[in-house]
Amino acid sequence: MNLHNIINEIEKADPEVYGRLDGRRAAVKKLTSFTGKVALSAVPIAFGSLLKKAYGQSVSPQIIEVLNFALTLEYLEAEFYSRGLERGGLITNDVDRAALETIRMHEQQHVTFLQTTIKSLGGMPVAMPTFDFTAKGTFPAVFTNYQIFLAVAQVFEDTGVRAYKGQAGNLMSNNEILRAALRIHSVEGRHASHIREMRNRNFGAPVQPWITLNKSGIEGVSAAAAAAVQPSYNGEELVVQAGINIVGINGFDISAEDASEAFDEPLTKMQVLAIVKPFIV
Amino acid sequence: MTKKKSSFEETKIPLQEIETNSSRRKFLTYAGLSTVLAAASCRKSVLEDVLDGKNPFHDQKDTVNLGSGDVGILNYAYALEQLEAAFYIMVSKNFYAGISSKEKIYLEDIRDHEIAHREFFKKVLGSSAIRALEVDFSTINFKSRESVLGTAKAFEDLGVSAYNGAGELLKSADNLLLAGKIVSVEARHAATLRDLIQYGSFADNTVVDQMGLDVFRKPPEVLQIASTYIKTKINANNLPTS
Repeated sequence: MNLHNIINEIEKADPEVYGRLDGRRAAVKKLTSFTGKVALSAVPIAFGSLLKKAYGQSVSPQIIEVLNFALTLEYLEAEFYSRGLERGGLITNDVDRAALETIRMHEQQHVTFLQTTIKSLGGMPVAMPTFDFTAKGTFPAVFTNYQIFLAVAQVFEDTGVRAYKGQAGNLMSNNEILRAALRIHSVEGRHASHIREMRNRNFGAPVQPWITLNKSGIEGVSAAAAAAVQPSYNGEELVVQAGINIVGINGFDISAEDASEAFDEPLTKMQVLAIVKPFIV
Repeated sequence: MTKKKSSFEETKIPLQEIETNSSRRKFLTYAGLSTVLAAASCRKSVLEDVLDGKNPFHDQKDTVNLGSGDVGILNYAYALEQLEAAFYIMVSKNFYAGISSKEKIYLEDIRDHEIAHREFFKKVLGSSAIRALEVDFSTINFKSRESVLGTAKAFEDLGVSAYNGAGELLKSADNLLLAGKIVSVEARHAATLRDLIQYGSFADNTVVDQMGLDVFRKPPEVLQIASTYIKTKINANNLPTS
């Protein structure tokens, strides 16, 4: 995909394109003068913005809605890590602190990226909600008990992965946005992997970097916590993909545990909103 | 008409300026133009075939053709999963000396996930599936922890970038979801291997950029990197490019 080709293709489909763009001379100049001052990777988004200006409502409201949904989740994560990192005595290990700072930085970058993208598409980014990380009293010690803090972090990351996955199909009409969402999705997967590993190394939590069946591995923290987070793991036990049973597939020794771990499952927007609802005041 | 023409030129000239300045390569990569560069390298192999007196459009015995459309992309994923599965099967046949129990469990789990992915693609593609690829692991020292984990990390990061770049090439939402179910597991693997090599490097700035976005690569670039480890020639000329 190259910009000349895109413009040539648009010309074929819409001979009026240059007329439409003519009034946008300043925008074209701005776009084409990106030579390092502005992040180079912002170019595709800027180009999308240019097309938006040329074609008016060509970006579906559904895409803005998905991006605002994602933005809400990123606010939740970024704010959660910020409060944890600022809380004295919670994270006492330097290696852990560095990892959590890396994750917090990514979540903040995602917030900025989504806000910028929504605006460039002509939408209005939602404001950050007020959060209650005790989830209305379910996790009263979330910022004083490190084990609980990491358990909640794991749930946020695993849920984030499932949330982005569930929205990919709604972004198919815009390649640039879909690509960006996928690139955030895999970063959340990396975070989830590391948080799970942190729980295992620090507290011997019965978790691996991947999700086994529908197990949260949070039972050891408290039965109430485990019950509260279960909706984030329900459905992960799936072992049939596209009608194909992965257990023992083609005669290979693949157990139900392996089969469930090998595929992460999506959540719908409704499911995710129900999961995060207790954390929003 | 004249108005259109002049505005076209205004659009075009600055772009050419970008292409000749020092940021050209970087710009091309970010703008997704690497596909164009890669297409040029495909043309080169066609040219070589012609010079060798072969028909470039007829696959030789040692070449597999991924095909076109969603089938092509699924075959592309199948090829990568074949490579990964074959690698971990080799690793677990004879683990490097001094392996920890955690490393052994993780490497065996990852092997099983990759076998599950490989067999899933084989089955879902049915008669459209490419055949088993011949791998070349001669550059890997399976007795060395550093070599094994370093290669595993490279394969997983490559896999993540490949799925991230291929999503937009799929036409079916069902196939996109399937790819999404797999890519986050590959990301978990990549982070795990990175943490085994250097704890805390799960998402460092060699894979996540300043906007918090993971690496993505288009098929020609991925196949170029993977070609070191795959003996079978892969014809990806019919894959979708947008």
